[in-house]
Amino acid sequence: MKTQPDTPIRVLVAKPGLDGHDRGAKVLVQAMRDAGMEVSYTGLRRTPEMIVETAIREDVDVICVSILSGAHNAIFSEIMDRLHDQGSNRISVLGGGVIPGRDIAHLKEMGVREIFTPGASLVAIADYIESLVSE
Amino acid sequence: MDKHHEAGKLRMAKQRWQTERLDPALAQVNRPAMPSDLEQEPLYTPDDDDGRDYLDDLGFPGEYPFTRGVQPSMYQGRHWTMRQYAGFGSPQETHDRFDYLLGQGQGGLLVAFDLPTQLGFDSDDPRAKDDVGVVGVAVDSLRDMETIFTGLPLEKASPSLTMNAAATVALAMYVAVAEKEGVAADRISGTTQNDILKEFLARGTYVFPPRPSLRLTVDLIEYCSANLPRWNFMNICGYHVREAGSTLVQEVAFAMANAITYIEACLERGLDIDAFAPRLAFNFASSSNFFHEAAKFRAARRLWARLLRERFGAKEEASWMFRTGAGSAGSTLTAQQPENNIVRVALQALGGILGGVQSFHTAGFDEALAIPSEHSAMVALRTQQVLAHESGAAEVIDPLGGSYYVENLTDQIEREVNLYIARIEAEGGMLKAIEDGHAQAEIAKSAYAYQQQIESRERTIVGVNQFATDNDPEIELHRPRAEIVAAQIKGLAALRRERDNGAVQRTLSALEDEARGGGNLMYPILDAVRAYATIGEICAVLRREFGEYQPASF
Repeated sequence: MKTQPDTPIRVLVAKPGLDGHDRGAKVLVQAMRDAGMEVSYTGLRRTPEMIVETAIREDVDVICVSILSGAHNAIFSEIMDRLHDQGSNRISVLGGGVIPGRDIAHLKEMGVREIFTPGASLVAIADYIESLVSE
Repeated sequence: MDKHHEAGKLRMAKQRWQTERLDPALAQVNRPAMPSDLEQEPLYTPDDDDGRDYLDDLGFPGEYPFTRGVQPSMYQGRHWTMRQYAGFGSPQETHDRFDYLLGQGQGGLLVAFDLPTQLGFDSDDPRAKDDVGVVGVAVDSLRDMETIFTGLPLEKASPSLTMNAAATVALAMYVAVAEKEGVAADRISGTTQNDILKEFLARGTYVFPPRPSLRLTVDLIEYCSANLPRWNFMNICGYHVREAGSTLVQEVAFAMANAITYIEACLERGLDIDAFAPRLAFNFASSSNFFHEAAKFRAARRLWARLLRERFGAKEEASWMFRTGAGSAGSTLTAQQPENNIVRVALQALGGILGGVQSFHTAGFDEALAIPSEHSAMVALRTQQVLAHESGAAEVIDPLGGSYYVENLTDQIEREVNLYIARIEAEGGMLKAIEDGHAQAEIAKSAYAYQQQIESRERTIVGVNQFATDNDPEIELHRPRAEIVAAQIKGLAALRRERDNGAVQRTLSALEDEARGGGNLMYPILDAVRAYATIGEICAVLRREFGEYQPASF
C-alpha cells in the first residue's frame, strides 16, 4: 500500500478529435478517482488548444489523452508544442487507445511519457501516474 | 393428477436432490461462477415457471405477444438477412462498390458516412481536418450524393443511411437524387437511423441539444409519413448503449425508454400511432452468452407488444411487432489471439438466430485490429451460412421456447427492463435523464464494473486475462488516402464557385426563419439541398438557432 500524498494528484482525461467513443476514457476517470486522484474529463471533441488551456487552468499534473481515430501523431505533436509554448513542461502527457506499436517510439521522442494500449491494466496506469508525480 | 400436488411433489424432490446430491458435490469442487447481471440457478425445473401462461405469455409465432417470433413461419419461410458492411472511400468509389454489389443481387446497401458529415461539418472545416473520409464517405453536398447514387437502380438499392444528428439533411439529399433519377416519391425506399437519443447516451455524434434534436427527429418522421410511404424512418439502437458498456438489461431498457420518448413526441405532433409504429425498427448487440441474448430478443418482443397495445393503444398488429437487426458486439472481440473471435462471433450470431432476429451483422475476426480484410469479411459471411445451413438452428421456430432456463431468463429480463423503465420515468423521463447526465453515468458505471471484473479475473476473457500468449499481432489503422481528402476539398471549392450562391443564401435564410418558427424543417432543408447548400452551411444555420449540446460534466 502506497502512502497518499498530502494533496491529491490532479489528472485531466482528454478526448480530442470527432470520435465519440469514450467508454475507455470514462472507465479511466472512475479508476483514477478510486485511486484517490482528482480527475476531470474534458468531454468529446476537444482541440489540442482547448485541452492544453483546460490543463493549465485546472493546474493538473497529468493529461491522459484517449485517441482511437489514428490521428495520434498530429494531435500529440500539437499538444506537446502548445504545452512547451506555454512553459508548462511540468505537466506530463500520457496516451491511450488504438496506437500501433511502431508509432510509440516516435510519440515518446516528442515527450509523451507513456502509451497504454488496449488491455493495459487500470492498476498499472494508476501506479505509473503515482510514480511520475513523485519523481 | 392435480397440478398443485404435482408442483409440490417436484419442489420436495428438487430440495432432496439439492441437499443430498448437489450441495455435497459442490462442497468438493466449486469453480467460481461466471459473473452474470441476471440471476441464475445451477439448474432449472418445471416449477421455475413463475405462473407463466402459455397462451398469454408465449402464444404462437406471428401472433401477440410475439414472444416466439414476429412472423408465423420465421426462418422456415426464409433465412434472416445476412448483413455485411460495404467498403468506402471517395463518393466515386462508393458508387462503384454499390454498382458491383447491386449487380451481385445484394440490396439494402449500408452507407457509412465519415464523422464530419455525421456532425454537419464540411470537409474543409478546420474541425474536420483529421477525420475526413476516416470512418466512411464524405458527403458535403447534393453533388456527392449524386456521385454515389446516379445511375444505380435506386428502387433496388434501398440504402441505409447511418445518420442521426443531421439525418434530415442526408434524407433530403437522397430524396433530391431520387427525384432527379425519376423515382416517384412512393417508390423511394431505404432507412435512416435517426435515433439521436442514443448518441447522447452512448455514441457521441450529437450536435444540437436534446429537445431541438427531437424536433428534427419528428420532422423527419412526419415528412416520411406524408410523402415517403416506403421509407423506414427510424432504427432504434440498443447496440451502441451496450457497446458503451451497459448491461443487457440497460441495453433493452434505454432503447425502449428512447422509443417511448419518440412515440410520445410523434403523438404530440398529432401523428397516429398505427401510422408510424409499424415503421419503427431496432438494432441490438449480441454477446457470446447466447442463452442470455436469445432470451433478450424474446423478452423484447413481448415487452414491445404489450407496451404498444396496452399503453399506447395501438390497434394494428404491425404496430405491436418488434422487428430487430442485431450484430456481434465489437467490444467483446479481442486484439489478442484474433482467431478466437471467429468462435465468439459464431456464438453471438447463434444467440441472435435462436432469438429470432430479422437480420444479423457478423464482424470480422480482425475487428479489434483493422478494417476487415477480404478474407475476414468472407469468414464472417461464411459463419452465418454455416449457422443457416449446417447448425439446424433455423429448422425449428424458436427452438429454445419451453426451456425451463430460457423461459425463466425471458421473464426475468422483461421484469427487470420494466422496472428500469419505470425508474427512469419516475425520475422525470429519458430526456431529463440525458440532460442531467444520469443515464450516461449509469452506463459508465456498468462499463467500469465490467472492466474491474476483467482486471480482478473474476471474468475470464480467453487470450487476454487467462490463457494469454505474448505474440499478439500488430494493430493496423485505417487512414484515408491523402488524395481522397484533397479531391474532396477541391470539389467543395469548385461547388462553391459554380452554384447559384444567391439561391443558396435565400434557401438558408428561409431555413433560419422556419427554425425560429415551429414548422417542419424537412421542407426548407430540401430546398437548401436542391440549391446545393452544403451540409456544413445547413447545420451552421441550425447551430446558430438551436445551440450545441454540452454534456453535464462527468
